Amino acid sequence: MAYQTILYDKSDGVVTITLNRPDKSNAFDDVLIADMIDALKQVERDADARAVVITGVGKNFCAGQDLGPMLERYQSPEGVSFGAHLRKSYNVIIARVRALEKPVIAAINGAAAGAGLGLTCACDLRYASEAAKFRMAFIGIALAPDSATSFLLPRLIGLGRATEMAFTNDLIDAPTALQYGLVNRVFAPEDLLPKTHELATRLAQSPTKSIGLTKRAFNRSFSVDLETALENEANLQEIAGHTADHIEGVQAFIDKRAPQFKGK
Amino acid sequence: MALENIVVSTDGAVGLIQLNRPKVLNALSGALMIELGDAVEAMDKDASIRCIVIHGSERAFSAGADIDQMKTATPVSMIENNWINRNFDRLRHVTKPIIAAVSGYCLGGGCELAMSCDIILASETAQFGQPEISIGIIPGAGGTQRLPRAIGKSRAMELVLTGKFIGAREAEARGLVSRVAPVELYLEEAKTLAREIASKPPVAVRFAKEAINKVYELPLTEGLDYESRLFHVLFSTEDQKEGMAAFVEKRKPEWKGK
Repeated sequence: MAYQTILYDKSDGVVTITLNRPDKSNAFDDVLIADMIDALKQVERDADARAVVITGVGKNFCAGQDLGPMLERYQSPEGVSFGAHLRKSYNVIIARVRALEKPVIAAINGAAAGAGLGLTCACDLRYASEAAKFRMAFIGIALAPDSATSFLLPRLIGLGRATEMAFTNDLIDAPTALQYGLVNRVFAPEDLLPKTHELATRLAQSPTKSIGLTKRAFNRSFSVDLETALENEANLQEIAGHTADHIEGVQAFIDKRAPQFKGK
Repeated sequence: MALENIVVSTDGAVGLIQLNRPKVLNALSGALMIELGDAVEAMDKDASIRCIVIHGSERAFSAGADIDQMKTATPVSMIENNWINRNFDRLRHVTKPIIAAVSGYCLGGGCELAMSCDIILASETAQFGQPEISIGIIPGAGGTQRLPRAIGKSRAMELVLTGKFIGAREAEARGLVSRVAPVELYLEEAKTLAREIASKPPVAVRFAKEAINKVYELPLTEGLDYESRLFHVLFSTEDQKEGMAAFVEKRKPEWKGK
């Protein structure tokens, strides 16, 4: 599929998805939503893609939902079902990023708001430029949280801080985001992509199945009790223990050399 | 005759049947159903087999009955052929436990097939549904009868009337499946469970299955009486004597199946 609103690049096992609607602050319209869903499917199917970077073109990461086309729809006779829109757009994107059993890193180059903030939260790791800033945005237009911001944000930064971000709609700058634990690291703007790709390339050499199983375990950890989590760990270890990478890891440890993981 | 639609194998005392029409997501054709019916009946007669596992692929247990085979059918032709229910009935009369190991799509006739088994064990990717309504019919191999018994009337109505699917976790929460395992492990878990059942005294296993299946047929007092009869009869078996002797002597019992 030829993408209209994203750039899709693959090198050294790293897929970089760049949101590319610079004149609209990389906001999501129906085309960007469809492109994103398709790109995530493509990454999922591609066994050589072993790490993913999501970033944005220009000054912004992603401003969330593009409100322009929405306003036109409000005024149309058939109106808008917000629930139906979410179920086929952000709900799909967020669920796919969380279910993707490969490391996904957000390289947050600028503003991330609303669904854009949700997308960064769904990624496994967040690297930010000093120019990055974060806003919940929903209250600002009298909406409720979506794109899993109600689920992921309290888990990342705590209920008190998430509530403050949601109720006040205040802009959070990069140093504050770092202090909150909303992002893992902050870099000078020119260092963001090189540093993110350095990490992504490293993760693309790691035992991908182990990373996938770790993500599966962490995802489930939010909804199960200790006994279930322990049983789940036993299952996942049963799977990991039978991968070729595990044998290679143990052999390399015994041979006192660096392991060569194939992601299998 | 060479099997074209299923693969049959054994793993110790466990009989394995894999639905094998990958190109059509294991759609249940007349030919497949006949092979399946033959296979389960043969395993039921084979004294070396004590538990049966039916499975498909990771992608699909079975996406349903073969629509292509039915699209031009008439009521009379459906009655005369009756390839669906005739072979589902053969499954119902098997006395040994049958486990359905389900991954991916388990829809329509596929869901009815899984529900005809004694235990459903699912992978995390399993999806269950009765989408017949969307093609102008209703479930025809037990879906309207077994699904409400498994998950309750209201949710069963919703699924059958809309054709919507439910995932493995919901199926587990509602009691349609006994357990959910990661997709990489579900088949092995089903085999492990089958081996465990196969290691139990076979006559007692058959009676236990029969008694539990009577739950859906009998009022409680008759069911309790039925259970008592089977319970009492088991005291005539050598395995009962062996089992209780081994328990008292603190050793492992050796079952004879008698």
